[in-house]
Amino acid sequence: MNKVMSKLDVLESQSIYILREAYREFKSLAMLWSIGKDSTVLLWLARKAFFSHVPLPLVHIDTSYKIPEMIEYRDRLAREWRLNMVFGQNKDALTAKRTFPEGAIDRLQCCKLLKSEALKHTLAGDWPRYRLNHRTGEYEVDQNKEPYTGVIVGVRADEEGSRSKERYFSPRDRNNDWDVGDQPPELWNQFKTDFALGTHLRIHPLLDWTELNIWEYIERENIPITKLYFDQGNGKRYRSLGCYPCTFPVESTAKNVHDIVEELRTGKFANIAERSGRAQDKEDGGGLETLRRTGYM
Amino acid sequence: MSLLREQMNVVIVGHVDHGKSTLVGRLLADTGSLPEGKLEAVKANCLRNAKPFEYAFLLDALKDEQSQGITIDTARCFFKSKKRDYIIIDAPGHIEFLKNMISGAARAEAAVLVIDAKEGIRENSKRHGYMMSFLGIKNFMVCVNKMDMVDYSQEVFENIKSEYSAFLEEINIKPKSFIPIAAREGDNIISISPQMPWYQEAFLMEALDNFSKAAPNYARPLRFPIQDIYKFTAEGDERRIMAGRIESGTVSVGEEVVFFPSYKTSRIETIEGFNVEKATEAYAGQSTGVTFQTQIYIRPGEIMCKKGEQGPHVTTKFKANIFWMSKEPLIKGKDYKLKITTQQVPVELVNIISVLDASELSSIGNKSQVDRHDVAECILETLKPVAFDDINHIAETGRFVIVDNYEIAGGGIILSPVFEQESILSQYVKSRDFNWVRSDITPLKRALKYQHKSALIVIIGDPDTGKKEIAKALEASIFGLGKFTYFLGISNELSLTEASSNDRTLNKMQHIQQLGNMSHILTDAGLVFITSISDIDEYELGMLKSLNQPNKTIVVNVGENRFPIDQIDLVLSQKENTQTAVTKIIDVLRKAIALDPEYFI
Repeated sequence: MNKVMSKLDVLESQSIYILREAYREFKSLAMLWSIGKDSTVLLWLARKAFFSHVPLPLVHIDTSYKIPEMIEYRDRLAREWRLNMVFGQNKDALTAKRTFPEGAIDRLQCCKLLKSEALKHTLAGDWPRYRLNHRTGEYEVDQNKEPYTGVIVGVRADEEGSRSKERYFSPRDRNNDWDVGDQPPELWNQFKTDFALGTHLRIHPLLDWTELNIWEYIERENIPITKLYFDQGNGKRYRSLGCYPCTFPVESTAKNVHDIVEELRTGKFANIAERSGRAQDKEDGGGLETLRRTGYM
Repeated sequence: MSLLREQMNVVIVGHVDHGKSTLVGRLLADTGSLPEGKLEAVKANCLRNAKPFEYAFLLDALKDEQSQGITIDTARCFFKSKKRDYIIIDAPGHIEFLKNMISGAARAEAAVLVIDAKEGIRENSKRHGYMMSFLGIKNFMVCVNKMDMVDYSQEVFENIKSEYSAFLEEINIKPKSFIPIAAREGDNIISISPQMPWYQEAFLMEALDNFSKAAPNYARPLRFPIQDIYKFTAEGDERRIMAGRIESGTVSVGEEVVFFPSYKTSRIETIEGFNVEKATEAYAGQSTGVTFQTQIYIRPGEIMCKKGEQGPHVTTKFKANIFWMSKEPLIKGKDYKLKITTQQVPVELVNIISVLDASELSSIGNKSQVDRHDVAECILETLKPVAFDDINHIAETGRFVIVDNYEIAGGGIILSPVFEQESILSQYVKSRDFNWVRSDITPLKRALKYQHKSALIVIIGDPDTGKKEIAKALEASIFGLGKFTYFLGISNELSLTEASSNDRTLNKMQHIQQLGNMSHILTDAGLVFITSISDIDEYELGMLKSLNQPNKTIVVNVGENRFPIDQIDLVLSQKENTQTAVTKIIDVLRKAIALDPEYFI
């Protein structure tokens, strides 16, 4: 038999290994699902790791500014795959309209409130979590308020500078802060799985994947993906998904996964950064690092 | 086709300021691997802040890195050559960040060591070289950088080459190339430089492509460390799957397998997967899962091997090379946690054979502890047997890390097993009994007086099988018979004394040790001592019995029995009501400890 592992096989095997380590070591484990292509690949890898099951909650931070198709797609897959689906949001900031562009705050502050703060409190369990009841099809307040001590996140090293410095298992302190100067050693697939009370770990199974690998894998596995990534006939598509005030589509006529793979491999996007359509990265000269040190994904 | 292209992880190492990040930045820029506009943006940013542009800024992404002009943590960058895709790991050169360098290098299949032509070989040039040999990286090259600063002098290059080659020879590394480069100027990076006509061998990019990927491990014996065991019954899935990644060898449906360290055997029924064609064989590198023809009970951590193939070593003691990264030194007599493959066990440092200063290759005499950045040859001893291979036999199952206070504090490679008659445990029991001052009241006198012999009755089984209720009811019944008995209801998670560690693995062993010692005292005092415990394995049960010796231990299993029948005195069904269970236990005790007067004491 042919025993050659392709590049995607190697990436897949490593990610599965990391997911299984996390599942064995963390009693209170959750996976962040942003609905985007990366965390959807992550969800698929969980089904691979656990033989079609997803034995952990999927947490979505709903800023209420997400493109509506994203929420539809989330709930459709959640029903089809019987996912343990949970979302959280910053109700106070939304009610007080402390958001961009409505409120008198900038993009970074908006991200901090609607994403970092909402994430922090949803993970800690001190803000309500809304869980999908598969019987009624409705979201209701989750009775489980236990903090998640392990959080699986789909960030990739090739996305931007501070992510290129991440560990597979990356500790966050009580305030969700990331100490980039003093990260734990990580060798021979032995990760940091021990942690003090009150702290938690971010787990990054996709660190070694590139944007192209993600799309190649989506194509190979035939993973259902939201159609916002494809040109719907107006010559535009989203390359990276976020909130609509801060995410802009790119000019592209890629109509399906195969077109996107070709476009990334040899076409016009072969050398253009993926997050070029994400406005918050451009603030402050180190925008994403600033956000990420205080808990942003 | 991109799908079939191979990918190689390359780490760039060397002394601080010798130009590692500059080299990577230049490589990315010259191969067109930077996102469009990135180079211009960084240049514009430099102009704005009135500082000269450096290629390193492309890599040193963190704000602190740019302001201090050094690399703090390893970065992954991606670029392609005609031959393959590369992940370049740019490692920091400063000694303060050695653990970051090692984290980066441990992932690498190849290494490029950079030496500054003007500064020459420095402390970390050697230390990093040594670490590459430690980590077993076979694809190795040296770049003598900043050749422009020494007027592209062949003499300078040759001197560094001969001096460093001599060092590498001592640590048994043969570099595949020695290249004079000027990263900032782009000399000998992606083409041969006209500045150094005396050098006509491979330029950097070519030398990278000349590296070959290590042959996969298919041909060696099977090593399949069990990472976890899944049964998703709640979702209507009856499969009991043992999951893990195969570190070496292959395994097929129908083959007979042996688990280490338990030596249990079974036969492969199926190879499982999701969204893949049903496979009949799995091989090294794959994260997979298998089911078995006959049910066996083992815990995650055991290594599955093939019957008929050479198995791993199983011992509690081994000789290893360790490098230490924690600020707290590695000391004797302290409990650490060993993580090797998917096994986790308590470990102690028993002996330091020698400590090496890796930057000088000189040994530091007579040290009683291993300090940060030391490399030491040591003897380690685990509290339970572990399965492993010598590093030179199968590297993947011959390396480990040591955890101290939540952190990975050191890494090591196993040189050989040490077989010794006496384990820590039996030495402990011997010295305990030696120091025990006994009174004139012998166990027999006590038994005659109390009208029963003493024993430890340990009730084991899965959590929530009603063990504690049975134990309590048993105590009441024995007490009702007028006998001397005591029930200790202490949870597995709690220790009798304050836990000395916050680690689950260490606490568990500590709990068993304390329980063993306590039951030794109480059974010595003539009592029928009753306790219950969940999640105990064969080895731990054996430990408990040894610690209670020479007194009797009676084991009652509630629910599904996962132990060899000769280790268990009574198996009770989980459905049994508490009173029937107690009656059955008492029946065993009648004879075993002469609970009934008709039996002789």
